[in-house]
Amino acid sequence: MRLIRELQRRLFRLRSDGNGPVRLTQRRIFILPTRAGLLYVVALLAMLTGAINYSLALGHALVFLLAGLGLTGMLHTFRNLYGLTVTPGRCAPVFAGETARFPLFLANDRNAMRLALELRADDGAPPVPVSIAARAGGEAAVPVPATVRGWLDLPRIRLSTVYPLGLFVAWSYLMPAMRCLVYPRPLASALPDPQSATAAGERHGEGGQEDFAGFRARQPADSPRHVAWKASARDGGERPLLVKQFAGGAQEELILDWDLTPDGLAPEARISIMAGWVLAAEEGGASYGLRIPSRELRPACGDEHCRNCLEALALMPA
Amino acid sequence: MSTQARETLERGTTPWLFAAAVATTAPHALHQPAWLTGFAGTLFAWGTWLWWRNQRLPGRWPLALLVALACGGILLEFRTLFGRDAGVAMLVVFMAMKLLELRSRRDAIVVATLAYFLLLTHYFYSQDIPTGLWLLAAMTVVTAALVRVHGGTPSAMLPTLRLAATLMLQAVPFMVVLFVLFPRVNGPLWGLPQDAHAGRSGLSDQMTPGAISDLVLSGEVALRARFDGPVPPRDKLYWRGPVLEHTDGINWRPAPGRGPAPQLEAISAPLPYETTLEPHNQRWLLALDAPVALPSDSGLSATLTANLREPLIQRRRFTLAAALEYRHNADEAPAVLRRNLDLPPGFHPQTRALARSWQDTDPDPERLVRRALNLFNEQPFVYTLSPPLLGQQPVDEFLFATRRGFCEHYASAFVVLMRAAGVPARVVTGYQGGETNPVDGFVVVRQSDAHAWAEVWLAGRGWVRVDPTAAVSPARIESGIVGALPAGEALPAMIQLRADWLRTLRFRWEALENSWNQYVLGYNPERQRAFLSRLGMAKPDWQSMGTALAVVCGALLLALAAWNIHHRAPADAAMRLWRKALRRLAARKVHCAPWEPPLAIVRRLEHDAPDLAPAFAEVARTYLLARYGGNRDELKNLRAALARLP
Repeated sequence: MRLIRELQRRLFRLRSDGNGPVRLTQRRIFILPTRAGLLYVVALLAMLTGAINYSLALGHALVFLLAGLGLTGMLHTFRNLYGLTVTPGRCAPVFAGETARFPLFLANDRNAMRLALELRADDGAPPVPVSIAARAGGEAAVPVPATVRGWLDLPRIRLSTVYPLGLFVAWSYLMPAMRCLVYPRPLASALPDPQSATAAGERHGEGGQEDFAGFRARQPADSPRHVAWKASARDGGERPLLVKQFAGGAQEELILDWDLTPDGLAPEARISIMAGWVLAAEEGGASYGLRIPSRELRPACGDEHCRNCLEALALMPA
Repeated sequence: MSTQARETLERGTTPWLFAAAVATTAPHALHQPAWLTGFAGTLFAWGTWLWWRNQRLPGRWPLALLVALACGGILLEFRTLFGRDAGVAMLVVFMAMKLLELRSRRDAIVVATLAYFLLLTHYFYSQDIPTGLWLLAAMTVVTAALVRVHGGTPSAMLPTLRLAATLMLQAVPFMVVLFVLFPRVNGPLWGLPQDAHAGRSGLSDQMTPGAISDLVLSGEVALRARFDGPVPPRDKLYWRGPVLEHTDGINWRPAPGRGPAPQLEAISAPLPYETTLEPHNQRWLLALDAPVALPSDSGLSATLTANLREPLIQRRRFTLAAALEYRHNADEAPAVLRRNLDLPPGFHPQTRALARSWQDTDPDPERLVRRALNLFNEQPFVYTLSPPLLGQQPVDEFLFATRRGFCEHYASAFVVLMRAAGVPARVVTGYQGGETNPVDGFVVVRQSDAHAWAEVWLAGRGWVRVDPTAAVSPARIESGIVGALPAGEALPAMIQLRADWLRTLRFRWEALENSWNQYVLGYNPERQRAFLSRLGMAKPDWQSMGTALAVVCGALLLALAAWNIHHRAPADAAMRLWRKALRRLAARKVHCAPWEPPLAIVRRLEHDAPDLAPAFAEVARTYLLARYGGNRDELKNLRAALARLP
């Protein structure tokens, strides 16, 4: 089995296709009869024998028409792939244990639909059906199960079709240079206590939410929850809405430290715990920093910060 | 692949598969036992019901039981499971069963393959043009079902059908090439089952009362003949079948054993002609009286019937020649003459008495013949297809009581009269007449032209044909059965068309059918060799045919691939003009990348080729308006701008 796989790997192109568009031409498309095709051939041979034995002129014609049908079916199967342009897209990160979806953009410049294409990664995930309208493009995501954190390279993918008659299968192997970042599998556990967290120096500043400090005009980015409705209504609604302003007090910052995770656990489990913390801290809306042996991220909050933290954890050397 | 084939079948594909199954099995209802049609119909209905209600399909055991039941029924009906009819019945049962088992795509593929196979079985029964057309339509449905199973558009029927038709249309060139060039083999390859050629209509080798009048009710063609010169008059066209010399008083049959070779002396010049015989599963060649040249695999019997060596099981064409005037066995063996005077004892006393009284007054055979014919002519005899039923003395009852009869009555009564009067006589069956199709000049002889006449042996003249029917109804011989029978007799509708335009239509159709038979169905190994050498193939053996086949099919495949794959949609008119403009620029050494937008090119031109810039700016402006502005009139401006581009 391994030998066969190795042979396949060598026979069918196994260079990366880079990340540019790939046009499927006859050099890339393979075509072979399917099992149904073999059954069809056997049936035709039996019919031919019958036609000869009973001297049926129309029987001969029928068998020959069916043979021609098989050949045209082969051409149409080939044509269903031929000239398709596949452009790799950008893959959104996933957590380990989820399924990474590698988006591919398929462009059809022909005046006919391409129906019943199937995309499948080499490693066993169920195939994804794709159909593309005439002179249009379509996006398909190749599912690959993400099991381990870090970079997941898209394995060789197989774009195949048996349409229209199922007598032949035409396929093409694609190896676009695509990879997906797999975050560690998050493990829910209680956040470390901010008190016990290393105090990162107290900062004083404005923009906090502790003590009322006055009003200012509302800007589009302000949350509607902070609008001072009563104060705004006083002016008869002719001036811009007002927003309450608070002066920030001393703000505690949470540092998620590698050393806070239980010592005895395996490193992967500790990474999972930290990933869980990052998600929980982001959920809580607090500002948090990350300190792991290889990197340190200053406290902040927001989506991008969260992604950065998870990426740092994902790529942490084992 | 295997994972795909095991996929569960989409619900919407089932109606397609049912349609394919019905289209390929339904015509078999015409010749299958009714219980089988009912059985298959019930299974179809059950399957439809289950599908409609979205219910579970039956399990394995009920199906096994049903198969066993059906096989038992077939075994009882046909006494075998493997003959032609039994085999077809089995296929129909399998098809109906498989519809109750449609779970995965693999099942659907089996149904489609079975349907294709069933198409072939229809040709056992008929290969005429309507059958061919019906099966072409059925094949389109099966192909469409296959397309649908493999991912055809679920929402609409038409694109799927259209694709199926396109595929078949593109397959037609391959069919034609294969049909012409595929090396043909003379079947059968092995022994055919007993019932391989059952149910062929035609003359039988004995004459029982009503046998010929039954046959006459069929409008089927028996043979088609083409004469090199003008067609001889109708009353000379006697196509000879078996000669019946032995009678038991009611039935007539040929004398057993083979006699000596006949002596035949042609008086008129031989008349060459070609005949295409429909298969009748008998050996006689139905040659025109009297055959003087025969095909190699046939011979003349002692009674001048041309016989083939093997029964005729498929339509064949023969080249023959006939002498319309001839002398046959002028000195006949005494044993044969004695045999032709034999009458079974105890039968036809009245007839014998009458004949003996004639013999007593004038024993001259020729005058006896005339006297018998006069009897038919002068007494009120009626020529009819529906004579009254006759009892134990059929000849007596016919001659003296009912006097209504068909050619077989007249022929047998005449022969009995002659034998009783001492003149050797015998019954000849065959066909008489035929209709000339003005479209292609073929003489078409149908089962309705089946006929029985008599021959008497006269010293010095040998066997002489006497047709007593002509004495009763001369029209039967001169213009055919339609004119001879009173209106209202039950004749097949097809042969009694009296309206002129309908007759013309029928002639055209039959000429078409004839060419179909001659050129399509009759394309056998001999004709293939002849045709290929006429096409210029030096030595049409299977090697050269195979080579030609490979070359032509390869070329066809390439052409079709080019058509299918490189057949691009015509570019937009504006786009075409724009490309032309870019080529002009290239000729002036200004090269543009395909991704460069028109206005960027214009800006670049202002530096690179200022002399071109204004004219090209106009081209770009009009191009953008024509292509994206949605106004087709701009094309004209674009063309004008292009013309101004230096």
